[in-house]
Amino acid sequence: MEQYEPDRLFPAHPAAVRRGPRSARAFPTRRSLLRSGAGGVLAAGGLGTLSACGIPPAGSTRGGVPAEDHSAKEKRLVFSNWTEYMDVDDSGKRHPTLEAFTRRTGIEVAYTEDINDNNEFFGKIKPQLAAGQDTGRDLIVLTDWLAARLIRLGWVQKLDPANLPHAFANLSPQFREPDWDPGRAYSYPWQGISTVIAYNRKALDGVEVTSVSDLLDDARLKGRVGLLTEMRDTVGMTLLDMGKDPGRFTGDDYDAAIARLQRAVDKGQIRRFTGNDYTSDLSKGDLAACLAWAGDVVQLKADNPDVGFLVPDSGYITSSDNLLVPARARHKTNAERLIDYYYEPRAAAELAAYINYVCPVDGVKEELAKIDADAADNPLILPDKAMQARSHAFRSLSAAEETACETKFAKLTGA
Amino acid sequence: MTTTLTEAPPPLSPTAPERTPPRRRGRLTPYWLLLPGILWLVLFFLLPMVYQASTSVQTGSLEQGYEVTWHFATYWDALSAYAPQFLRSVVYAAAATVLCLLLGYPLAYLIAFRAGRWRNLIMVLVIAPFFTSFLIRTLAWKTILADGGPLVGALNTLHVLDVTGWLGWTAGDRVLATPLAVVCGLTYNFLPFMVLPLYTSLERIDPRLHEASGDLYARPSTTFRKVTFPLSMPGVVSGTLLTFIPATGDYVNADLLGSTDTRMVGNVIQTQFLRVLDYPTAAALSFILMAAILLMVTVYIRRSGTEDLV
Repeated sequence: MEQYEPDRLFPAHPAAVRRGPRSARAFPTRRSLLRSGAGGVLAAGGLGTLSACGIPPAGSTRGGVPAEDHSAKEKRLVFSNWTEYMDVDDSGKRHPTLEAFTRRTGIEVAYTEDINDNNEFFGKIKPQLAAGQDTGRDLIVLTDWLAARLIRLGWVQKLDPANLPHAFANLSPQFREPDWDPGRAYSYPWQGISTVIAYNRKALDGVEVTSVSDLLDDARLKGRVGLLTEMRDTVGMTLLDMGKDPGRFTGDDYDAAIARLQRAVDKGQIRRFTGNDYTSDLSKGDLAACLAWAGDVVQLKADNPDVGFLVPDSGYITSSDNLLVPARARHKTNAERLIDYYYEPRAAAELAAYINYVCPVDGVKEELAKIDADAADNPLILPDKAMQARSHAFRSLSAAEETACETKFAKLTGA
Repeated sequence: MTTTLTEAPPPLSPTAPERTPPRRRGRLTPYWLLLPGILWLVLFFLLPMVYQASTSVQTGSLEQGYEVTWHFATYWDALSAYAPQFLRSVVYAAAATVLCLLLGYPLAYLIAFRAGRWRNLIMVLVIAPFFTSFLIRTLAWKTILADGGPLVGALNTLHVLDVTGWLGWTAGDRVLATPLAVVCGLTYNFLPFMVLPLYTSLERIDPRLHEASGDLYARPSTTFRKVTFPLSMPGVVSGTLLTFIPATGDYVNADLLGSTDTRMVGNVIQTQFLRVLDYPTAAALSFILMAAILLMVTVYIRRSGTEDLV
C-alpha cells in the first residue's frame, strides 16, 4: 500500500487504510484476511479490506525461487497433459511409452489428463505460481503463446541441456527457434499443431473451397462456416490469406484482418467460433467448412469419409504444445529425463502413430513406418519439405499487444 | 428474543411460586446453531465478494501486478461497452422464464390435482434430467436441433422457420446458433426450477376450497382465476425467481447453442476473465449484473405483493 497517491483517494480511504490490515505484503493470506475480519474491518472499514487485496507483480518471483530438486531422492514425476494426448494400449488404461520409461529409469510417472483449455488451466495454476508456490506438477503441456507468457512471467524453470542430449539432437528444425524461446532454453515441443481448412463434402454440396476467402465470402456457405476461438489460428490464417506474414505483421495488418473477419460475421457467414467442439458439428454437417486442427481431422476422416481437409495455397499456421517445468516443481531432473526419452525416435514414433499430430522429432520416419506405414507418409504427421515450406508461426506478442489483440478478437466473437 | 427469555416474568400473584425462567443455559444456542452457516457464508460468499469487489477497482496488468486505485470508471466503461449483452441477457432470461411458466404451470397443476397414483412417477420424470450433467443435456440439444435433423426439417416444411426468421428469432433454415435455440436451451434447463415450487404451492391448496367455489356456482375457469391462481402466487413468484436469476447469468447455453450475436453477459465475463485477462472489468461486470438482478427482483417482489415465498 506504500505507493498510493493521496490526492486520488476518497477522504475515507486513508483512514480506512490505517484501520485496515497493516500487513506490508499486499497479497492477502487467508490468515491476514481472517484477522482483519475479526477486527471488524469487514463491517467498519470495508474499504481498507478492499485495498488490501492487490495482486503483486507477476514477475516478482523471477529468478528469486531457486527450486530445490528432489529428483535424486524421489523417483517420481507428476505429469499434467491434455486429454487424449498420449498413447494407450487396447485396454484403454495403460500408456505403453510411459511404462517403458518407468521400466528403464525407475521413475514412477503420475500421469493426469487435467488440461482441457489453455485459458482455464492458466486460471487454475496462476494463483499458486503468482504466490511462488509449487503447483504440485513437475511437467505441464501448454500451447506456445501460453508457454511464452509463463516464460515471460518467470514462472517456469530453465532446462539443463546436459540432461537433454536426444532432445537437443533430434528436435526438428521447424521448431528450433521460436521467437519466444530462442534455442529452447525453457521448453520442448510435445507435439506440433497445424491449422488447416476442414470440410464436410456432403454438406458442401458441390461448393468448392480452396482458401480462407472462400470461407469468409462464399454466400452459398452462409451460416455454415466455423472459425476457431484461438485468436492466433483464426487471425493468422486470415493474415496469410491477405498476403501478410503472421510472423511479422503490424498493428494495422492485425486491424485489417479483424475488419475482414468482422464483415463476414456481420453478414451472418460465420456460424460459430469454436474450440475442439467443431468436430461434432463438422461430422454432422452443421458446419460445411471450418478452420480445424490437422490432428483432429486425421481422426475425423477415419470415422467419417465425408470429412476432408486442405491446405490453402497461401499457407497455414503451425503452433506447438510445449513441455514446461513450472517454477517450484520438485522433480526437474526427472522431468528432463522424460522429455529426453520422448525425443528418442522409437518412443516418438509410437506416440506419433497413436495421436496423429505433427511429430516434432527428426529421424522418426523409419521407426514410424515399422508401426504404421500410412502415418509415416502422411504430411500432416511428418511434414515433408513442401509442407514445411508453407508453414508459418504467429509471432509472439508483448503483454500489452496481447491484451489489445485479445480484446479486439473478443469483440469480434461477440464479447 | 433472548432478552425476553432471560428476564423473569413478573409473578402473577404473590402466592405464585418463584421459579427461574426455563432453559436459561440455552441463551446462546441459536448462535451456536447459526455458526456453521455463518462461517460457510463468510468463507465462501463474503470473502470472495470482498475479493472481487476489490478486483473491480484495481488497475494494472499481470506483469506489473494489480493495485487498488479506486478506478470506478471501470464500472461505467464495462456497462457502456457491454450494454447490448446485458440487455440480451435480461430479454433471453425473461423469455425463458415466461416459457417455463407457460409450460410448467399446467404440468404442476396436473401433478398436484390430476395425477393420482402417477404423481410420484411424474415428479421423478421432472427431476430425472438432473441425474445427468448440465453440459451433456445442453449438448443433446445440438443433436435434437441439428440442421439436417427431423425436427428442423419438419419446422421448415411447415414454414414455421419463415415466421421465426421474419421475427428475427432464427436465421435462414436453421435453429441452432440463433436466439431461439438459446432461449429453448434456457427454458429446458431451468424448467424443473419452475415446476417444483409451483407444485409445492398448488399441492398445499385445500381441495375443499375448490368444492366451495363450485358450490357458489363458480365455473371451473372462475375457480381457477379467483381461487387456485391467487393461492399459488407464492409458487409463481419463487418459481420465476429461481428461473430468471440463474438464467440471466447463464453462459453455457449461449456458448453451445448460440452464435456471435447471442452472447450473453455471462459469456462476456468468462471471456474477460479467462481470455483477455482483464480481471477488473470481469469483476465489475459481475457486480453490475448482481446489482441489476437485485434491483429487478426487489421491484418484482414488491409489485407481486407476496410475503412468503413458498
